[in-house]
Amino acid sequence: MNAAVQVSQLSVFYGPTPALRGVDLDVAWGEHVAVFGPNGSGKSTLIRVLATLTRPTRGAVRVDGAALHDDPARARAMVGVTTHRNLLYGALTVRENLQFYGRMYALNDVAGRIDGVGESLALTHVLDLRVRTLSNGMQRRAALARALLHGPSLLLLDEPDAGLDQEAQALLAAVLQAHRAGGGTAIVTTHNVEQGLALADRAVILSRGRVAHEGRWDAADAPAFREAYARHTGMAA
Amino acid sequence: MRAYLGPVLAILWKDLLLEARTREVIVPVLLFAVLVVVVFNFAIEPRPALVAVVAPGVLWLAFVFASAMGLTRTFALEKEDGGIEGLMLCPVGRDVIYVGKMLGGLIFLLVVEALTLPIFAALFNLPIWQPELWLLVVLATIGLSAIGTAFSAMAVNTRAREVLLPVLFFPILVPVIIAAVEATGAIIEGDAWESYSRWLGLVAAFDAIFLVLGAITFDYVLGE
Repeated sequence: MNAAVQVSQLSVFYGPTPALRGVDLDVAWGEHVAVFGPNGSGKSTLIRVLATLTRPTRGAVRVDGAALHDDPARARAMVGVTTHRNLLYGALTVRENLQFYGRMYALNDVAGRIDGVGESLALTHVLDLRVRTLSNGMQRRAALARALLHGPSLLLLDEPDAGLDQEAQALLAAVLQAHRAGGGTAIVTTHNVEQGLALADRAVILSRGRVAHEGRWDAADAPAFREAYARHTGMAA
Repeated sequence: MRAYLGPVLAILWKDLLLEARTREVIVPVLLFAVLVVVVFNFAIEPRPALVAVVAPGVLWLAFVFASAMGLTRTFALEKEDGGIEGLMLCPVGRDVIYVGKMLGGLIFLLVVEALTLPIFAALFNLPIWQPELWLLVVLATIGLSAIGTAFSAMAVNTRAREVLLPVLFFPILVPVIIAAVEATGAIIEGDAWESYSRWLGLVAAFDAIFLVLGAITFDYVLGE
C-alpha cells in the first residue's frame, strides 16, 4: 500500500531565503502527525507544498504514491486544507460558500454534507449569516467546514486551533478523532503542545526549515517534549 | 464536458452573487467609463465633422481603461478574501478557473458597455442601435476579458498592480483596439459590411488567440 505522503529532500526558497531545506517525511495512511516549530520554521510552507499551493524548489513530494505535480488535481481531491486565511468569501453566507465549494468538487448531496459539517462544528445557527459578520473563531470553524466538506482522506491543517476558544478546540479535537477513527490521515501544525501530542501518533519539530526531531510522544510526556523542543529550536514551546 | 462546465458555472455563479452583494466592480467601473466619455465630450467640442473621426477612439479608450480597472478589481476581491487560494485548492484544472473568471469579467464589462453606449450616443449624437456595432462590442470585449483576466491574475500579486496591468495589457491589445476603432467608425458612418467585416474577423482571430493563450498559461500565472 502506498504511503499517504512521502516527502524526500524537499527544499523551498522564496527568492534567496530558504523556507525548507532538505526535509524528509513519510506519513502512513491512518497516521496523524503533529508538526511543531517556532515562527518561520517552515511549517506553513510544508503544508502549502503538500496542498499544491507552493511549488518545491527541489525534492520530491508524493501523495498516495503519485508525484504531486504530475497529477495535482487528483491530490487536491484527496486533501482538505486550512491555511492562515479562511479562504471564504466574506460577502457570501457560510452556506453559499460551502455550496460553491461543493460545486467545485462536484459533490453529490451538497445540502446534506453542509448540514453534516455544520452540525459537527456547531455552525448550524450561523450557516445563513455572511462570513464577514462572524467572529474570528466562527470564521475559523467555517474554514474547517470548507476543508472537511468533500470528506478528504488527508487533512492538512495549518494551525487550525489559532483563534479558537476552549469549546471550539474541543470540537476540533472531536473532528480530528472522528477523522482518525474513519481511517483518515492528518498533518497538523500547531503551537499547542498538549493538544498536538494528544491528537497525533507522531510529533515532528521543524527548526529553520529542517526536521530537527521526530518521534512518538504521548500527551503525558508534554514536559519532556517541551525540553526537547527547547533543545532543538532554542526556544520555549 | 459536464465535468468542465460545472466548476466553470460555479465560479461564474459565485462572481455574480458577490457582485450582486457588493457592487464593487460594476458601479465604479461604469462611473469611470461614463466619466471618460463625458470628459472627452467637453474636451473636444464635438462638431459633426470631428465626431466621426474622434468618437470611436473615445469610446474604445473608455472601454479599455474601464476593463483594466474592472478586471483588476475582480482579482483584488479574490485576493482580499483569500479566494484565489481556495480556487487553487479545488480539484480542477487552472484553465477551468481561467474560463470561469474570464466569463465573469466578460459579463461585468458587457453590462458596463451596454449602459455606457447610450450615454455616448446621446453626447456625440451618434446612431448606436445597429446590430453590427453590438456584435463588434461583444467580440472586442471577449478579447479584453480574455487577455485582461490572465494579466490581472498576474498583476494582483504585485504591489503596483494598478500600474502593472495597463503596462502589460495595453500594448498587447493594440491590434484589437485598432480593429475595433476602425470598425466602429465604419459602422457609425453607415459603410457597407464589406468595408469593415475584415476588422471584425481580425478581432475574432485575436479573441481565439487570447483565449487559448490565457487557458494554457494560467497555471504559470497562478503558480507561486
